[in-house]
Amino acid sequence: MLQVSIYRYNPETDAEPYMQDVQVDTGGKDLMVLDVLELIKSQDTSVTYRRSCREGVCGSDGINMNGKNGLACITPLSETVRNNKLVLRPLPGLPVVRDLVVDMSMFYTQYEKVQPYLQNDSPAPAIERLQSPEDREKLDGLYECILCACCSTSCPSFWWNPDRFIGPAGLLQAYRFLADSRDTATEERLAKLDDPFSVFRCHGIQNCVNVCPKGLNPTRAIGHIRNMLLSRAT
Amino acid sequence: MVTAITSMGRSGLYDWMMQRVSAVIMLAYFIFVTCVLLGGVDYASWKELYSQTWMRIFSLLALLSMGLHAWVGLWAVFTDYLTERLMGTTGNVLRFAAQLASALVMFTYVVWGIQILWGY
Ligand code: SF4
Ligand code: SF4
Ligand code: FES
Repeated sequence: MLQVSIYRYNPETDAEPYMQDVQVDTGGKDLMVLDVLELIKSQDTSVTYRRSCREGVCGSDGINMNGKNGLACITPLSETVRNNKLVLRPLPGLPVVRDLVVDMSMFYTQYEKVQPYLQNDSPAPAIERLQSPEDREKLDGLYECILCACCSTSCPSFWWNPDRFIGPAGLLQAYRFLADSRDTATEERLAKLDDPFSVFRCHGIQNCVNVCPKGLNPTRAIGHIRNMLLSRAT
Repeated sequence: MVTAITSMGRSGLYDWMMQRVSAVIMLAYFIFVTCVLLGGVDYASWKELYSQTWMRIFSLLALLSMGLHAWVGLWAVFTDYLTERLMGTTGNVLRFAAQLASALVMFTYVVWGIQILWGY
């Protein structure tokens, strides 16, 4: 029997959050954490979490498992369980809506700030805006982000300043458009980032790199943005 | 764009740059003084060293770097932990008080340092 301890909070009935202990029969199999949650929900339908694709594509089930953020659907028990114990909490730093569901508004507000869409005012060509294979390669490691928020909610700088620091997920996307050969708003984008909070609250702690379920590296992207700001200003 | 009037240069890049440059200067000073000390000093040679203008300028540079470095670093710490988000209005009052106090301390150190460097 796996010992699961799960964060519970229903703002309508609970005065404050508490941890609930549950025993789960995994049948000796190396299930994914999401499977364990489904087993728990089949016993107690009030347990609440987000999920959709159950294969690491949609980014809905980012949670904190034994202290580390990740996607429940692609995290096998063998990777996270120690001493037969599994502690499940919502992503840290964001307001809890209920149980494992957090309010991601602050995360999306920061994402919105970087204008995550291609900007180019020149007349569109008849077919499409072409890009050389080399230029296209520069977007690898950037476009794959699924906005699960595992990185930003593991970043201490984002915990303290979620309203002013864009955070690793937003900055990875900022660089995705700064690096795109078809985007012409580079100067305007950089001008918006040159304050002491938006980019420079990153202290290179690399918690973001450590948790990204897609293996992306926001710290490196942030370094590229800093270099772009540097060469623009010197 | 987030505005901040109490940071060093108001631009994040400028603060970041200052933090690096001042760190290098302090490191150079620290290594130099360590080498001198390891080479063996007595009162006369120490006084002789600090009576040279270049050494006084180098020392003042290191002192100013320390002030800058501390300001940028502490400003980041204060705006992380002493904020309205974490403590309400108290956060703003505490943060301002902490910034004022650290500015006073650094100003005192710099003036005092100049007095020591050029006063003996
Ligand atoms: S490297 Fe930067 S963005 Fe990533 S966790 Fe650390 S402070 Fe946050
Ligand atoms: S960078 Fe990785 S951890 Fe961050 S939101 Fe994107 S996929 Fe999730
Ligand atoms: S359910 Fe879609 S990423 Fe886990």
